[in-house]
Amino acid sequence: MIPNEPPITADLVDAHGIKPDEYQKILDLIGREPSFTELGIFSAMWNEHCSYKSSKRWLKTLPTTGPRVIQGPGENAGVVDIGDGQAVVFKMESHNHPSYIEPYQGAATGVGGILRDIFTMGARPIAAMNALRFGAPEHEKTRHLVSGVVAGVGGYGNSFGVPTVGGEVEFDARYNGNILVNAFAAGLADADKIFYSEAKGVGLPVVYLGAKTGRDGVGGATMASAEFGDDIDQKRPTVQVGDPFTEKRLLDACLELMQTGAVIAIQDMGAAGLTCSAVEMGAKGNLGIELDLDCVPVREENMTAYEMMLSESQERMLMVLHPEKESEARAVFEKWELDFATVGKTTDDLKFRVIWHGTEVANLPIKELGDEAPEYDRPWKVPARPVDEIELVGEHPGIADALLQMIGSPALSSRRWVYEQYDTLIQGNSLQTPGGDAGVVRVDGHPTKALAFSSDVTPRYCEADPFEGGKQAVAECWRNLTATGAEPLAATDNLNFGNPEKRQIMGQLVMAIKGIGEACEALDFPIVSGNVSLYNETNGVGILPTPTIAGVGLIPDHAQMARIGFAAEDQPILLAGALPNWGSHLGQSLYARKFFDRADGAPPPVDLEFERTVGDFVRTLIREGHVGACHDCSDGGLAIALAEMALAGNMGATIHDLDSTDASRAARFFGEDQARYVLTLNAPAGSPAFEVILKRAFDLGIHMSQIGTTGGQSLKLGEARAISLGELRTAHEGWFPTFMAAE
Amino acid sequence: MQCAVIAFPGSNRDRDMIAAVTKIAGKPPHVVWHKDSELPQADVIILPGGFSYGDYLRSGAIAARSPMMKEVARAAERGVSILGVCNGFQILTEAGLLPGTLMRNASLKFVCRTIELEVVNAATRFTGLYRPGQIIRNPVAHHDGNYFVDDDTLARIEGNEQVAFRYANGTNPNGSRHDIAGVLNARKNVLGMMPHPEDLIEPAHGGTDGRPLFEALLETVAA
Repeated sequence: MIPNEPPITADLVDAHGIKPDEYQKILDLIGREPSFTELGIFSAMWNEHCSYKSSKRWLKTLPTTGPRVIQGPGENAGVVDIGDGQAVVFKMESHNHPSYIEPYQGAATGVGGILRDIFTMGARPIAAMNALRFGAPEHEKTRHLVSGVVAGVGGYGNSFGVPTVGGEVEFDARYNGNILVNAFAAGLADADKIFYSEAKGVGLPVVYLGAKTGRDGVGGATMASAEFGDDIDQKRPTVQVGDPFTEKRLLDACLELMQTGAVIAIQDMGAAGLTCSAVEMGAKGNLGIELDLDCVPVREENMTAYEMMLSESQERMLMVLHPEKESEARAVFEKWELDFATVGKTTDDLKFRVIWHGTEVANLPIKELGDEAPEYDRPWKVPARPVDEIELVGEHPGIADALLQMIGSPALSSRRWVYEQYDTLIQGNSLQTPGGDAGVVRVDGHPTKALAFSSDVTPRYCEADPFEGGKQAVAECWRNLTATGAEPLAATDNLNFGNPEKRQIMGQLVMAIKGIGEACEALDFPIVSGNVSLYNETNGVGILPTPTIAGVGLIPDHAQMARIGFAAEDQPILLAGALPNWGSHLGQSLYARKFFDRADGAPPPVDLEFERTVGDFVRTLIREGHVGACHDCSDGGLAIALAEMALAGNMGATIHDLDSTDASRAARFFGEDQARYVLTLNAPAGSPAFEVILKRAFDLGIHMSQIGTTGGQSLKLGEARAISLGELRTAHEGWFPTFMAAE
Repeated sequence: MQCAVIAFPGSNRDRDMIAAVTKIAGKPPHVVWHKDSELPQADVIILPGGFSYGDYLRSGAIAARSPMMKEVARAAERGVSILGVCNGFQILTEAGLLPGTLMRNASLKFVCRTIELEVVNAATRFTGLYRPGQIIRNPVAHHDGNYFVDDDTLARIEGNEQVAFRYANGTNPNGSRHDIAGVLNARKNVLGMMPHPEDLIEPAHGGTDGRPLFEALLETVAA
């Protein structure tokens, strides 16, 4: 008989985030009232964060396979073949709710969690990125959150020893009450030595490894599956505390242990800790699991079964081991001064049983807790499509002034203040660090190979049109990888949305997934892992729909890799991929927002077939060694791309006058049309080699023309006054440190 | 020539250092675990960067008291070349093998960027392949690199030419006194430095300014 203290009341059920119909489902399933511990276990397994109950139906529609995909979604991370017997293992995951409540620890443990996902699979982490979204700069909490989150990301990643090679930092008032912290990590493994979470074999020891269990983070996953209200400060105790020193030892110990052949299955303890990891291992392997909580290493006294099952203490792992190798495994963990305890065994009864103080406190069907958890087909409505064209009424600021103001704005200013707090160089393999199109790291041990990483989404596009916005996020990520010369291999998605119980929010989620799916299909860029974060709402106001896409690309020879900085004087600058009416789209542009206070209109559409044609051609040119510098056009359009190239290369350029009126020039220089790259060619303008390249583009139906020439120490855009690199740099570098220094 | 790299729990630039030594010396160094009580025969001992023991208590403080550091101190007395980079520098000051201490950066923030260094003393076994006064680039990546010594010690180490490297051209990233980036012991067989020469030894790193330090150190000993 399972003791029932405290009694289960409707209030208690509600406090666990379990809806009345879900509670009825529990009663039907087990045929009795659940114990308090069992209620906690259900809340942990059936919440949105762990069960994907609102999104699963739609996630299933995404393309997840391909010739290089070794493991798609459903494991700790996706695994993709990069040739030579090696694989890249990667995933992105959110830690939004905790980071708002306690920015340093929330962000730090977000990084810790994603790193653990990677080395759980047997891969050594080689790169990290972070996509961060904060409220309006003028909002009272923003500075505090930026400062804490950035310090937390750095504090954990730097100490652990992984280079942070890319990411995003954005500001928008819609994130005032819910910031986004999306952490990405990638690791390298031998393709035939990947470790999975599926338990195999009955009666085998379930072993607990790593740090001790405390009360921190109890109920964290449930907290992350609800909206915020005014009582948010009371939720601080649900945030975990990170210890990167333990994580680094856990990494070293796990990789050492894996080499002994002792590991049958492994799962890190992330959200909902012991509960989630044990249930997943058992459910996937069609086995039961029995845990004896009296064997769990604890660092606090008198912990209840409920607290132990729901603790989100960090730096912990659960494994199923070959019993004959147990002592060898124990020796590895003792060397690294980490806990090692046999806490249970696999069984054949498909039950999840928990023993505490010699008494059974939970006995639940494991499949229904895990992979057969409830799913919803929530009602949704197709968002209204915005009008295609907008007309900007009023005076345009002039190209040079507009460029200076935009590149010195919160949206487009340099992120140096952020990324200099991250160790971008550790491991000695970083070829491109933040500030370019993608981060690039060498593949250790291979003479020429490198991997490129980029994280992208344009939430204002997604808000205006979730379908086009979803497509654009994938296309921009694919484009950023391509701009380095990399072949985009696969991506991970981190879908951040508001409350899915609202039809319009669910509509955003559904349409964004449809857009992502269509783009991934067209670009052969499958989604191999991901994470969904819903209920990003405070007092009923949701965030901008933010489906972050993080992609990985392969560079076969990093001697043929492009960077964004202008590389040599007198090189022709070309714009590739612009349609004949190129540079016309100001709807949803930063230019329209900044100078005309217009946030309406449709986002620039993405023609996926054309996107692919242009990207494949640009990549070919880079790999053939024709390209001096390459950069995609995205936020802020052509003028911003040119300015970034000039600043990165510390070299100016002269650009032709591209149109005749203020309004049309503005569209040329600041329109955000998609599928465009700015590149410089090593072949002199007009030379036979140059003409051959233009001819090849023409034959492929790609519009590519020379728009200017590199050289000098200023950037001159058509008839506008020349801007010295010094003035440009002061504008670009100034905003962030000035903003952060003001208190 | 034998080189040993000492790894502590929490070391994380040990792999960078091992890779650099291997590439430049042509063979891998001995990697010594901090709990080993015997140091293998080595002519050069390197303490790599990282966050030994999580930088808990004070950076370098716990590692400085590990059994292996007693062996390192004895080796220093025998005149063995000892290089400590970043956390290795912090450990050497905590162990009393180098003067001064490394405080939290003046900005209070971690900083990772490329800075410029002036080679102040080019007449050592570490710096002999640089010219006196040469300006080189080097990356830094640290939270606690703000070098501090009292006035008397500062005068003494300056007078005794114990300053090996100084941050140059206004690139001091951490508030170090006298822009000091690298310090020698009186006998000049122990060098501690905050910048990471091991991360700038090949074209793929964007430069090779760190390479002469290893070439000097590893070849000097071989000669």
